[in-house]
Amino acid sequence: MRHWIEKQRYIIDFTLSSLLRRKVKNVGLLALYTLIVFILASTMFFTYSIKKEASLILKDSPEIVVQKIVAGRHDLFPVDYINTIKKIRGVASVESRLWGYYYDGLVGANYTLLTPPRNGRFTDTGKSTAKTTVVDSESTDNSKPLFELNGAVLEPGTLIIGNGIARLRAIGTGDYMPFLAFDGNVLNFKIAGVLSSQSELVSSDLMLINEEDFRKLFGIDNSYVTDVTVAVNNPEEIAMVASKIKKRLPQARPIIRDEILRTYDSIFNWRGGMMIVIFSAAVLAFVIFAWDKASGLSAGERREIGILKAVGWETSDVIQMKFWEGAIISLTAFFTGVILAYIHVFFTGSIVFEPALKGWSSLYPNFKLTPFVNLEQLTTLFFLTVVPYTVATIVPIWRAATIDPDSAMRFTGE
Amino acid sequence: MIELVNVKKVFNAGNPSEFSALNSVNLLIEENQVTVLKGPSGSGKTTLLSIIGCMSRPSAGRVKLQGREITSLPERFLTDIRRKTFGFIFQQPNLIKGISVLDNVMLPAYPLGEKRVHLKNKAMKGLAALNIANKAASKVEWLSGGEAQRTSIVRALINDPYIIIADEPTAHLDTKLSYRFMEIIETFKAEGKTVIITSHDPLVYESSMVDRVVNLRDGQIEV
Amino acid sequence: MILHPTVIANLLAAYISSFMVLYALFYGVQIVRYWDIENGHELQLVLERKTYLIATLLGYVFGLQLLSLFLYIFTADSLTPLFVGAMCAAGTLNVDAFGYPTLVLKIVNFIVAGLWLVLNYADNQGYDYPLIKKKYLLLAFIAPFIVLETLLESAYFLSMKADVITSCCGSLFSSERTTGLGSEMAALPALSMLRIFYGVMFCTLASGIFFYIKSVGGYFYAALSLLMFLVSLVSIVSFISLYIYELPTHHCPFCIIMEEYHYLGYLLYLILFGAVVSGIGVGVLTPFRQVESLKLMLNGFIRKLALASLILYAAFTALVTYEIVTSSLVIAYEVVY
Repeated sequence: MRHWIEKQRYIIDFTLSSLLRRKVKNVGLLALYTLIVFILASTMFFTYSIKKEASLILKDSPEIVVQKIVAGRHDLFPVDYINTIKKIRGVASVESRLWGYYYDGLVGANYTLLTPPRNGRFTDTGKSTAKTTVVDSESTDNSKPLFELNGAVLEPGTLIIGNGIARLRAIGTGDYMPFLAFDGNVLNFKIAGVLSSQSELVSSDLMLINEEDFRKLFGIDNSYVTDVTVAVNNPEEIAMVASKIKKRLPQARPIIRDEILRTYDSIFNWRGGMMIVIFSAAVLAFVIFAWDKASGLSAGERREIGILKAVGWETSDVIQMKFWEGAIISLTAFFTGVILAYIHVFFTGSIVFEPALKGWSSLYPNFKLTPFVNLEQLTTLFFLTVVPYTVATIVPIWRAATIDPDSAMRFTGE
Repeated sequence: MIELVNVKKVFNAGNPSEFSALNSVNLLIEENQVTVLKGPSGSGKTTLLSIIGCMSRPSAGRVKLQGREITSLPERFLTDIRRKTFGFIFQQPNLIKGISVLDNVMLPAYPLGEKRVHLKNKAMKGLAALNIANKAASKVEWLSGGEAQRTSIVRALINDPYIIIADEPTAHLDTKLSYRFMEIIETFKAEGKTVIITSHDPLVYESSMVDRVVNLRDGQIEV
Repeated sequence: MILHPTVIANLLAAYISSFMVLYALFYGVQIVRYWDIENGHELQLVLERKTYLIATLLGYVFGLQLLSLFLYIFTADSLTPLFVGAMCAAGTLNVDAFGYPTLVLKIVNFIVAGLWLVLNYADNQGYDYPLIKKKYLLLAFIAPFIVLETLLESAYFLSMKADVITSCCGSLFSSERTTGLGSEMAALPALSMLRIFYGVMFCTLASGIFFYIKSVGGYFYAALSLLMFLVSLVSIVSFISLYIYELPTHHCPFCIIMEEYHYLGYLLYLILFGAVVSGIGVGVLTPFRQVESLKLMLNGFIRKLALASLILYAAFTALVTYEIVTSSLVIAYEVVY
């Protein structure tokens, strides 16, 4: 056993010096390898951490959201439906929501307008039924609010806007913003405050507006709301309640939170997977390149292996040496690629991907993703990069290792 | 010591380019002797040498080392025997460029996994015996022809082999260095080692310490 | 199909394994047909060189099988959110009929690949490759299982359908799914299993030590090794997991490899797999002790294998005992559900 360890040490020493002796060839391979790992790792880190953020955010969303569907389209929700729902056994509370989209022709952006819930509480996360709630539910201090209003109060005629809008329109607290109401009138709203930048991922395009103003702006009658959220006491009962709602209100569409969570999860998985499939072309190209590099031994390398075999190295010793070569290159590329990807995604906000992700959206949020890297991601990366590389080099390595020992004898020239 | 019975070696068998490097060679190499294989190029010297030195296997016939049959041993066993028994000195020093003299010399012992300290001592002793201990840390590119040759000799001796095989060792050496080389061979003989040399240099095969000269022509031994 | 990156990684590994095994088999067949150690002709030399390739390939396959076994569990665990009622990997594997069979086959293949490597090592020690034909016959036996495993794994992932909303007007009412993805594992009563575990382990260790000293009873020890392996797996589900989770109802054998439990499961499973491969290896090599070229070393090697297996089983027991003793859970009596 001791001999074996000592032997590996010798071989690793020799391999390292051998790699350093052929810097040019190996640096090229290393750079390409690192690039591949970098791209795949960036994609994975990005997808996984957005998925995690989304699931954290959705975790405290209401158990059931009920909408009205007319001819396959989302219609306004009649307020009298609320009583029907309240009567169902198991329902803890029903909250109505008013929200909608406003298109601002000036900057070509869509804003989401939201009326804060009637009880006006944001920071109480226990029973909050606001559409978006705490981000960091892992902290014991559960009352960290999503959007901090900085003491601003939502009086009639005022708006609280998200950071993205503030940036886009270059406006801030105290400024005025005109809106075109449903009847052609112009309504002027004063900006009372700006939402915190920490919540940008969800609140970038958000505007908080008073209920009256909302109805004035969009012409929605008091007997309608956009949709309602339903809180259910017993988690096991949620599906039951949902099906009862459907039975009693045929035009209603109840959506269960878990379904949303699963669907989001699925979407992100699919997106991530799609990217991997697309990049598999790059991985394949890299693998072919690696195979070619490993097969194409230069005359000098061939000679060296001939010498090794002539002085007493066995085929399996040479294979071990080549294995260590591959391992050193793989590990270096893997760790460098992962570290660079980590910096790229979590510190520079995925600068390289930004154009692709942004698309033509005008209100793109400036967000800092919470770093989330787990063993699963690293293992997947390992399987998608190191394993194909290693497998591609097996046959070339074997071919190199089976060079005849007496080739060194026959080598008589320069 | 080393016995070859009816050894044949054929390359590219079955192809139009098939050719027979050795035809029915019978040879017995005695212990503690200096044997020279002499013959023109193409006579099969190198092939014969590589079969004697456990570097390749004959296509037919039998090879025995110290009475043990080694003809059909798999490569790993052959290599193991070769490591411990034979020391090779090639025509060219065949040193690995880019690493030091010391590393080159220790190379054959790596697969055996000896402790580094012991190995280094052995290597330094070997280098000292041939007066190149001061070059231990130099890169091999900076050695003179003679120094490189001596380095390769030290390398050949690192595993204490008792048979030395040299293939045209004086081909690239001047007269003075060739004499020096033969002196080294003499010390081997004095130490009890067996030496087999291929050469067509009269300086070698006419030397007084040579015990036997074997003439090879067209893959066969001339009597 | 769920196009999750980890799923892709799994399938990639499975296909690569299959490909490598089939490639190895192709050359293996050549070797079995034309091998003649006495012959010095070029074909024989070429074949001998090829054996290195095959051994290298199968070494990689073995490593890959082990890694992909764990990756498979990881993937199952990470897909849990997509299925109603699934709490952890145990539930996800139940999603369709192929999940558990794939897992079983992965474990079997890993063990058999390990045994092949043991056989290969022994064969290499003999100066005339005495076991070569048997080796490649074993390979021919393994190959279809690995291919089968790949097919089952593909079927598993391809027939998965996540419980997701597929249309903007649709909804699910997942409670209407009547068959649950029970993460309840069928578990044998904990306390009885505990006694059986220690009992069989004691017999196994005793038999192993006897074999180590007397070199008699190799087959018996190998059989006991296998039995101990199965008993250990059942024990993990039945009571060992309870002590690790400190929960009398959580029987899942997969959660112990997760972060929350400090990846303890890896250590447990690695030790266990090592123990069973070396233990059965003893049985596999025993019939060849009389082979001429192996006579000198084989006995020594077999004893070393037995020793390794014993040490690993002992370590496993120690670890399990440690967990039981330091756990906050106390099973004082059995509640039969």
